[in-house]
Amino acid sequence: MAEQIPQEHKLTTLEVLTLPGEYPVVAPGETFDSVTDTIADAVLKRPIGLGWLGGFLFAGFWVMILLIAVTYLFFRGVGIFGIMIPVAWGFCIINFVWWIGIGHAGTLISAILLLLKQSWRNSINRFAEAMTLFAVACAGMFPILHLGRPWLAYWLFPYPSSMGVWPQFRSPLVWDVFAVSTYATISAVFWYVGLVPDLATMREKAKHPLTKKLYGILALGWRGSARHWKRYESVYLLLAGLATPLVLSVHTVVSFDFAIAIVPGWHTTIFPPYFVAGAIYSGFAMVLVLAIPIRKYYHLENLITRRHLENSAKVMLATGLIVAYGYFFETFVGLYAGSTYERFMLQNRWFGTYAPLYWALIVCNIAIPQLLWIPKLRKNIGFLFVISLDILIGMWLERFVIIITSLSRDFLPSSWGVYVPTRWDWAVLLGTVGFFSACMYLFIRIMPSISIFEMRTLLPEAEVAEVHAK
Amino acid sequence: MKEALAPALYGLMAEFDSSTDLVVATQAAYDAGYRKMDAYSPFPIEEASDALGFHKTRVPLIVLCGGLFGGLGAYGLQYWINCISYPLNIGGRPWHSWPAFIVPTFEMTVLFGGLAGVFGMFALNGLPLPHHPVFNVERFSAVTRDKFFLVVEAADPKFDLVETHEFMQSLNPTSISEVPH
Repeated sequence: MAEQIPQEHKLTTLEVLTLPGEYPVVAPGETFDSVTDTIADAVLKRPIGLGWLGGFLFAGFWVMILLIAVTYLFFRGVGIFGIMIPVAWGFCIINFVWWIGIGHAGTLISAILLLLKQSWRNSINRFAEAMTLFAVACAGMFPILHLGRPWLAYWLFPYPSSMGVWPQFRSPLVWDVFAVSTYATISAVFWYVGLVPDLATMREKAKHPLTKKLYGILALGWRGSARHWKRYESVYLLLAGLATPLVLSVHTVVSFDFAIAIVPGWHTTIFPPYFVAGAIYSGFAMVLVLAIPIRKYYHLENLITRRHLENSAKVMLATGLIVAYGYFFETFVGLYAGSTYERFMLQNRWFGTYAPLYWALIVCNIAIPQLLWIPKLRKNIGFLFVISLDILIGMWLERFVIIITSLSRDFLPSSWGVYVPTRWDWAVLLGTVGFFSACMYLFIRIMPSISIFEMRTLLPEAEVAEVHAK
Repeated sequence: MKEALAPALYGLMAEFDSSTDLVVATQAAYDAGYRKMDAYSPFPIEEASDALGFHKTRVPLIVLCGGLFGGLGAYGLQYWINCISYPLNIGGRPWHSWPAFIVPTFEMTVLFGGLAGVFGMFALNGLPLPHHPVFNVERFSAVTRDKFFLVVEAADPKFDLVETHEFMQSLNPTSISEVPH
C-alpha cells in the first residue's frame, strides 16, 4: 500500500519562499493559532474605533451624494452630464473602464498567481478579490446610468420579449454585457467559495449567538472533511483556470468598444493587450492603496509583509512599461500609417484643448513610476502609497484622453466640440469612490480580510512529513 | 449496554495534533480495512484524501459539461436569433457572422462551467448541511483552527466499539470521543 517516497530532505514551503535577501511571506514564529487569531480577531474582538467610524461615515457621505446624483439623473435624464454631440461618451464611460480595470488585479492575484503557484498571494488574495467585486459593482453602474432610460437595462439581455426584438450580437456593446456580467458573477462566486472554510472558523470563534448563527448559515455547515477538501481544491483550481482567460477577455472586450469603432485614436489593434496591462497596472496600485493602511491599522504586518508590497511594486513597474510601450506604439502608428486623421489626432493630443491632461498622463503613468527601479524607494512604504495614488490618477487620465480627445475632434471640423464635465459628472465619480470605500470598510469589519486556511498552508507545521513507508 | 449504545452512535473520533499524525492514522485505518470513515482538517491535505482511498472527483467532469452546455447554448442562441428569428443586416456582413459570436460563446462557457463546478462541488459534498453528528463532539470545533480528526463510522461493517476503540488507541491520538447521533 505504502508508496516509496525518496527520503531526501524536502524544503518546507517557508524555506522555499524565504530566499536569501528577501522578506519572508509569513514572519517566522507564526502558528495555526496565531494566524487564526490575528485575522479573525480583527473582526470579532476589535472594537469599532473612531478611525474606522470616521472613515466609514465620510465614505457614506459620498454614497449619499451618489444617491442624490443618481436620483436626479433618473428624474432629469443624461442631460445633467456634460455629454453632448460629438462627445457622447463622457465620465460614465471613463469611469466604467477605470473601475473595471482596477478590478482586474484582484482576479490576477487570486487566479493567475494561484495557477503560477505564487503562494505569497495567499495573504492578499482575499481583500484583492473583495476589491474586484466592489470595483466591478462600481463599473457596472456606469453603462446603465449612461443608458438614458436605465430602467430598461434588461433590454440588453436576450430574452423572449413581446416585441419580438433580439440583441444585435455583432456589437461590442452587447459583448460587454456578457463579459461584465459573467465577470461579476464568477468573481463573486470565486470570492465566496474561498470564504466558506474561513466562515466556518468564524462560526466556531464567534461568541454572540446571532453572529454565530449568521456565520454558520454562510459557512453552509463546512466541517473540513478530507473528501470535501479534495472536491473543493479541484473546483478552486478549475475556477482559477476559467477566471484567467475570463479576466483577459473582459478588458479585451472593453477595448473592443473602442477598437472596433473607426474613430481616430481608437481604431488600433494594440488596444486589447495595452488595455489589459493598464488594467493590471491600476489594479495593483489600488491593491497597495488598500493593503498599506489595512496592514498597519489591523496589525497584519506579519502576514502582509514587505515582500508583498515589493512584489506588487515590481508588477506595477512591469505593467507600467507595457503601458508605456502602448503609448509609444500608438504614436508610432499614428505617424507612420500616413492617415491624415490619425496624425491630426496625435497633434491634437499633444497641443490641443486637452493637451495638459495628456502630458499629465505621461508624467503620472510613465515618468514618475520609473522611480520604482530604485530599490530603496520601492521598499519605502510611504512612497509606495503615494506612487500608487499617482498611478490611479494617471490611469483615469488615460481613459479621459482616449475618449474625450478623440471624440471632441473627429473627422468633420463642423462637428467639433469641447466637453466640460458638470458637477453631476464629478458627483457620480466621487460618489462611486465613496461607495467603493464604504464597501471596503464594511468588508474588513465583517469578513476575515486574509484567507485564514490558505495562510495555514504556508506555515511549516502544515507540511506532512514523509512517513508513508512503514 | 454495548448493544443499547451502538445504534445511537455515529462513530468514534480520534483527535490529532498534527497533519502528519492524521495522515498516518488514516492510512493505518484504511490498511486495517475500515472504509466508512473520514479525516477532518483545518486546511486541505492532499495526503489525507489519498489515504482515504479517495483519489478522483467528478468535479472536473461537471465543469466540462457545464462549460459545453453554456458554450453550445450561447452559440446556438446567437445563431437562432441573428440568422433565423430576427436577422439584421449589419454593414452587409453575413447573417451567420461567426467571429462576432465567439465572445458571448466564450463568456457563457466560463459562466456555466464555473457555476456548474461550484454548485456541483457543494452538491457532491452534501452542503449546505446545517447539522452533522461530528458537531456533537465539543472538541471538534477545533477542526476549523488547529486540530485534526479521524472519524470511523459505526456504519462500517468492520466497526466494533471495543475493537475500534482499541485500534484507535494504538494510533496515539490526543483523545478519543464517541460521536453520538
